[in-house]
Amino acid sequence: MHVILFAVFAGFCLAGAINLLLQSHPINSALSLIVVMTSLAVLYLMLGAEFLAIAQVIVYAGAIMVLFTFVVMLLNAGREDRTLGSRAALRIGFPAVVAFLAVIATMILHAQGLGQASLNEAITTTEELSAVLFTKLLLPFEVTSVLILIAILGAVALASRSEGQEERTGGK
Amino acid sequence: MTILQFLLWSLLKVVVVTVVMLVGVAYTVLLERKLVGRIQNRWGPSRVGPFGLLQPLVDGAKSFLKEDIIPTGVYRPLYLLAPIIALGCALISIAVVPFGEPNVGPGGLVKPGELHFFQISDVNIGLLVVLGVTSISVYGIALAGWSSNSKYSLLGALRSSAQMVSYELALGLSLVGVVLRAGSLNLRVIVEQQSVDGMLSWNLFGGMQFVAFFIYLMAAYAETNRSPFDLPEAESELTGGYHTEYSSMKFAMFFMAEYANMITVGCVATLLFLGGWTSPFGDQLPPPQNIFVHALFPIFWFVLKVFSFLFLYVWVRGTLPRFRYDQLMSFGWRWLMPLAILNIVATSLWLAYH
Repeated sequence: MHVILFAVFAGFCLAGAINLLLQSHPINSALSLIVVMTSLAVLYLMLGAEFLAIAQVIVYAGAIMVLFTFVVMLLNAGREDRTLGSRAALRIGFPAVVAFLAVIATMILHAQGLGQASLNEAITTTEELSAVLFTKLLLPFEVTSVLILIAILGAVALASRSEGQEERTGGK
Repeated sequence: MTILQFLLWSLLKVVVVTVVMLVGVAYTVLLERKLVGRIQNRWGPSRVGPFGLLQPLVDGAKSFLKEDIIPTGVYRPLYLLAPIIALGCALISIAVVPFGEPNVGPGGLVKPGELHFFQISDVNIGLLVVLGVTSISVYGIALAGWSSNSKYSLLGALRSSAQMVSYELALGLSLVGVVLRAGSLNLRVIVEQQSVDGMLSWNLFGGMQFVAFFIYLMAAYAETNRSPFDLPEAESELTGGYHTEYSSMKFAMFFMAEYANMITVGCVATLLFLGGWTSPFGDQLPPPQNIFVHALFPIFWFVLKVFSFLFLYVWVRGTLPRFRYDQLMSFGWRWLMPLAILNIVATSLWLAYH
């Protein structure tokens, strides 16, 4: 049962990823990315990480991708053209990706002591996750939140500065 | 219980819940038209059937029979996909809502964890699933507006996505107080935690979560694009907002999605703040011996609570004027969100003190 579900959603994930590359319209690519994110969430769920799965849906598929589509809609980005550069990228890109994936795959197959993950009924509950997050991993967790806070402050600073410049040019 | 039995029971539950939900949607429309009529000192629909009770059937038939127009300028695949996403998301989130006593299943009383009748699936993270589905449902509206290739639709969709993303934050934060009190994200556990003393142990009264309830109420109106936050479909400015270019059954799907979302939001409010299916009298009433009474009374309470929430929804729509767009944004970000964070801090301090 788990193996069937895994095959189905891994298939969805790969199909979405390939479709993302093949589509020439940005909004179709954005939508395929949503398919990839949501099927990844299902894969997380089958590995027992229920909180991670739903966080993936809420944060990535819900919030971040909404911003993506929002930008596409606002800028009214049109179809991309196929140019000589893109054809050359296609010729060189595919062999490069294949070679890169082959290297990674051999590395993983030869690596020792990577641990194992299995598809089963067991689920790590949110309580267990938060217990680890707020005791063992408290410092990294807090440092990450400070990092995100700095990013937010930076974004606000950038936005308010450009607004001030507009006012000045508007005054002239 | 074999896997086949499980599948059959689940399918049965899904079918029954979907049918009940769709009938509920139809009659919520009627309720709204009747109540707004009363508020505006007129009758509302009264011709079809006694008290206009058959009006939803006629309305449904009408939208099926109307001509289905697809404008030439639209981007077809997404134009057709958008109403499906909207309605699909609106109907999916009801799957995790428990609406009755959890120990009634096939063959009388069952132990917790076994298959029971009054919830399609009992998941550990039920509350987050509802929020996740809500966050996906933005796409229905956003894509509808974009693919219609019309200025009104695009403006409506942009307003709606900005509004939903902003108010989702306040909505999520307002629920954290309740989750802190219950110590679980499972909707059934959250309800059972409130069931001890009836009304006094509801999160709204006994749990001191009335600030959170107020924030949830405001944010829920904005999330479902309802008045006073119905800017995405403001008739006087945008003709119809994101569904301007839709006709016939596709328009009806958006319409149904809106009312289904209202019902879901009402169900979640009932579960989190009003004690779900439990009776407001708690232990004052003796527990019923008959299994049918035992199964049906909780459903009665649940429906009553959701109904009063829908009533409030319509009442607000009939009373308050529409917000201006900048007012909407500053209200969400400057008032509701800080208030929700303060509520979390206060609740955590209170819980730590006890």
